[in-house]
Amino acid sequence: MNPENYLYLSSILFVIGAVGVLVRRNAIVVFMCIELMLNASNLAFVSFARLNGNIDGQVVAFFVMVVAAAEVVIGLAIIVTIFRTRRSASVDDPNLLKL
Amino acid sequence: MMPHLADGFTSPTFEYQLLAPMLIVFGGAIVGVLVEAFTPRGPRRTVQVALGLVTLVVAFVVLLAVTRPKLGDLAASGTVAIDGPAVFFQGTILVLALLSFLLFVERGVDSAGDAFTPSGATIPGSASERELVAARVSQTEVWPLALFSVGGMMLFVASNDLLTFFVALEVMSLPLYLLVGLARRRRLLSQEAALKYFLLGSFSSAFLLFGSAFLFGYSGSISFTGIYDSLSSGVGLDPLLLIGTGMVAIGLFFKVGAVPFHSWVPDVYQGAPTPVTAFMAAATKVAAFGAMLRIFYVALGDYDWNWRPMFWVVTILTIVVGSILAITQTDIKRMLAYSSVAQAGFILTGVTAASDSGLSSTMFYLVAYGFATIGAFALVTLVRDGTSEATHLSRWAGLGRRSPIIAAVLSLFLLSFAGIPLTSGFIGKFLVFEAAVNGGATPLVIVGAIFSAVAAFFYVRVIVLMYFSDPPDDAPSLALPGAATTLAVAVCAAGTVALGVVPGPVIDLAQEAAAFIR
Repeated sequence: MNPENYLYLSSILFVIGAVGVLVRRNAIVVFMCIELMLNASNLAFVSFARLNGNIDGQVVAFFVMVVAAAEVVIGLAIIVTIFRTRRSASVDDPNLLKL
Repeated sequence: MMPHLADGFTSPTFEYQLLAPMLIVFGGAIVGVLVEAFTPRGPRRTVQVALGLVTLVVAFVVLLAVTRPKLGDLAASGTVAIDGPAVFFQGTILVLALLSFLLFVERGVDSAGDAFTPSGATIPGSASERELVAARVSQTEVWPLALFSVGGMMLFVASNDLLTFFVALEVMSLPLYLLVGLARRRRLLSQEAALKYFLLGSFSSAFLLFGSAFLFGYSGSISFTGIYDSLSSGVGLDPLLLIGTGMVAIGLFFKVGAVPFHSWVPDVYQGAPTPVTAFMAAATKVAAFGAMLRIFYVALGDYDWNWRPMFWVVTILTIVVGSILAITQTDIKRMLAYSSVAQAGFILTGVTAASDSGLSSTMFYLVAYGFATIGAFALVTLVRDGTSEATHLSRWAGLGRRSPIIAAVLSLFLLSFAGIPLTSGFIGKFLVFEAAVNGGATPLVIVGAIFSAVAAFFYVRVIVLMYFSDPPDDAPSLALPGAATTLAVAVCAAGTVALGVVPGPVIDLAQEAAAFIR
């Protein structure tokens, strides 16, 4: 199969993730959408590695997975703390910081 | 076809002398994690403080003594470039981090201890939190986290391929997300700031990563040198390059807080513990601009006819929106945050010049801006209402009569932000404007000059408020700063004056260092 199709797929996944971040209200779901964007980038890296015949793109994908895992640890820690304080994980509820 | 590993696998080389400052900082951070696990609670804070400060000082000395004489080399198989700008930025980051660490240490201004909550995991206002406050426990994880962040910043400004670039960005950012949420006072604000910073920060890193994938797709190489080579030979598909450049720029614009990616800046600067705000505002900005300069001057250096128009638009927007919104602020931390957005615009003016003088002027401006920023935020910690900081501007009225020293030093930093002669800010603005004019960006300079005047209005307004209005009846208390804060403010004030009166040595240093290697 033509590897270019995977690029289209990765772009679609990235857009789904980006739209999800903008429209969803639950912090966990927003966060999952961000992970989707990172994974879309991984797919793009691997597809380009195939297209360019350069294995570096695959190596990047592994590192991104590790970074994403570290990001989950930090992100869930922050979201859980907020949830324990406010009994809600909605991104609309914390609204103390404004002009 | 994929090359097989066995065909061309060479074991990587590491130039430890060049990498030593970064390795020392990361080593100090890892030792800090171990200290957290194995030291009893009593001496733990003392050990962490000493470890943090000593690590930074040793790294700085090694940077000057060992790395600097050998600069101009690629290290770690070409993934890290230790050239003039990298060493200059690393040194700046270490000095600014050391000054911020002095603010982290301070326990004298808040009766309950330092600026951090005793335990980030407790629910604000709960019984367990009160128990820990009464026992005067402190959250010592702050120190290794901050050291990891400093290490990430040092790697970020030296990274020479897309992978190192992304990993360094995350190593720099992830600890910061946590540090933002650890304020002792107004914890709900602090947690909210952490959530916003985290979600928006990782959103923007995803853009940066996706853009990197397209740059890789265009050039077939993840190294900045490889991207530069493929640009000059003109192979590859232009749409990929355009998408990649744009998305990488979005990620970096977010990190420096440029309009239209600035919405997190006021919220996070206001909610974060003030010492962390100082650290973020100064050191993170140096690191982000350092990395931005490297990717746009090194990897995309021959593509400037295509990225400069984008920088023009963002620069003008940043200066205009930052200056105008700062006028409407009533909270001093938010005002300083919008001022830092406007300052990012002035720094971008230098970046847009796309020349050696653009590089050296940006380097000088970042040093000047860093000193004034840390000093200003340090002074914010001193004016307090009962237990927490009195950040509303009306509370600062008449401060000149109650504490002439705080008012005078704050005025110095504000005048430097405004770019008044004899302060570092004037020289910085002069240099970036000069570089921009020579680089053919005169309209940017005109906008910059006009909005410097607008910006001067809100800086001077605070000075007028402090000196020419009566203090409120229930005037805020003025904390007596401990030795650490006093030292930090004194160094920042001395730096601001020295860079304004005798800027020569630092300008020479920046010009000497202003040459990227490919």
